[in-house]
Amino acid sequence: MTFNTFLRHLREGAKNIFRNGWMSVASVVSIIVSLFILGVFILLVLNVNAIADKADKQVQIRAYLNLNVDQKLRETVQKEIAAMPEVSKIDFISKEQGLEDFRKSMGDEGKELLEGFNKDNNPLPDAFKIEVYEPTTVPFVSKKIEALNTSHAEEQPIMKVKYGKGTIETLFKVTRMVRNIGFIFVAGLGVMSMFLISNTIRVTILARRREIGIMKLVGATNTFIRWPFFVEGTLIGLIGSIITVAILFTGYDRLAASIGSDFSLQMSLLPVSELWQWGGLLIVLGVLIGMWGTTLSIRKFLKV
Amino acid sequence: MIEMQDVWKTYPNGTHALQGVSVKIDRNEFVYVVGPSGAGKSTFMKLIYREEVPTKGQISVNGFNIGKLKQRKIPYVRRNIGVIFQDFRLLPKLTAYENVAFAMEVIEAPKRQMKKRVMEVLDLVGLKAKANRQPAQLSGGEQQRIAIARAIVNNPSVIIADEPTGNLDPETSWGIMQLLDEINFRGTTIVMATHNKDIVNTMRKRVIAIEHGNIVRDQLRGEYGYDF
Repeated sequence: MTFNTFLRHLREGAKNIFRNGWMSVASVVSIIVSLFILGVFILLVLNVNAIADKADKQVQIRAYLNLNVDQKLRETVQKEIAAMPEVSKIDFISKEQGLEDFRKSMGDEGKELLEGFNKDNNPLPDAFKIEVYEPTTVPFVSKKIEALNTSHAEEQPIMKVKYGKGTIETLFKVTRMVRNIGFIFVAGLGVMSMFLISNTIRVTILARRREIGIMKLVGATNTFIRWPFFVEGTLIGLIGSIITVAILFTGYDRLAASIGSDFSLQMSLLPVSELWQWGGLLIVLGVLIGMWGTTLSIRKFLKV
Repeated sequence: MIEMQDVWKTYPNGTHALQGVSVKIDRNEFVYVVGPSGAGKSTFMKLIYREEVPTKGQISVNGFNIGKLKQRKIPYVRRNIGVIFQDFRLLPKLTAYENVAFAMEVIEAPKRQMKKRVMEVLDLVGLKAKANRQPAQLSGGEQQRIAIARAIVNNPSVIIADEPTGNLDPETSWGIMQLLDEINFRGTTIVMATHNKDIVNTMRKRVIAIEHGNIVRDQLRGEYGYDF
């Protein structure tokens, strides 16, 4: 292909968008609608993921020690827990620290309630605060910690292991479900929008069957015929996706701002600045859909 | 130039459009193809520019075996064949100039050469002054002239004309025929299917008559020979 021919294809492709008027508008709108729904779902899934991740990180194990545990045994146990491959971090919380933390978390009400307790009559046991790499391993790690009582059968160092059993397991179930459903939805919508667009483009091409016939008649090669359509599809995809991303992100930004300023809701949306790559992805997707749609629809008209 | 040997064409619905046609058309001939409707004239024409493939038999055009042509070679063979139809088949949104230039763009002709050549053929068909009009702004005869300009712009060795005057009044038809005669005079082979008795009987050329898928008559300087 000569450079002049290439320029011709670009020019023709761009011109065709205007020549086809409403059909182009229809294609662009169908891209906007599909990509917009897709984008909303992506943003939803991303935010749910972010919230779930945050919740995941807050999942800790607390292992309370029996009162008879001396410093030496405590250090042995700490080492043993730290040596578990699932464990990312272990902190020792002395009974004094525990009381202090408890006071803080209770706030003003607690002040009165806990007034009588001091260093000497502290009812709390010493404890370890344990974090794991993978939140789903929490129940498993808890069992392993409990099992330390078997290896130290005489001393029985562990009094109790807690991790908010029920809540955490439900949270895992819910987040997993949201993620899975979200991804299935996103994949399904992606495929659906491709078909929608390829159909719209097919109608455009159908309207131009005559033109293609004439091109073939005067000896145009298939590649030559395909190029302007290809440029047109790509441009339609590009225009549609840029508009979508603009609408989506402006709307999202407004929403994030209004939720962020509402303190009664203890949550905030991911900031737009962290989502640009997803906008880029939507644009790439729009362009690919446009290209793919035209290539697919034009194939059958080139057989004559 | 164009040679058919025992060519059969049967359509999927079972119609035998051509049944063992053999014919030879030489360089620079002017041939009328006549016969009743549905006799196989259009199939005969379509086989030459490879719109259809023969069911049986051999067709060669400019030395290419048309029936066995590879898909990707078809465009290159078509560039040497100009085709004209009853319904002109111009692109409605392009100007006269663009419609003609289109055929040159397709073969990736250099731009400078294109402009010169397009104006040259527009001049030949007498529409240089209307180069910037769109088909809708031209009369039927003028549209057919543009179609002819498009067909000859790449200097094809043969022109296939399928009832080129079918939609035109007698006077306009004569203008078109003079133009085709002129093109033939300059060295292009012309194969023209027609129902126009006056034209065939006045411009005495070779006449091939097709009936029921067979060539029933082939005369040099022949007559139309039908009453319709």
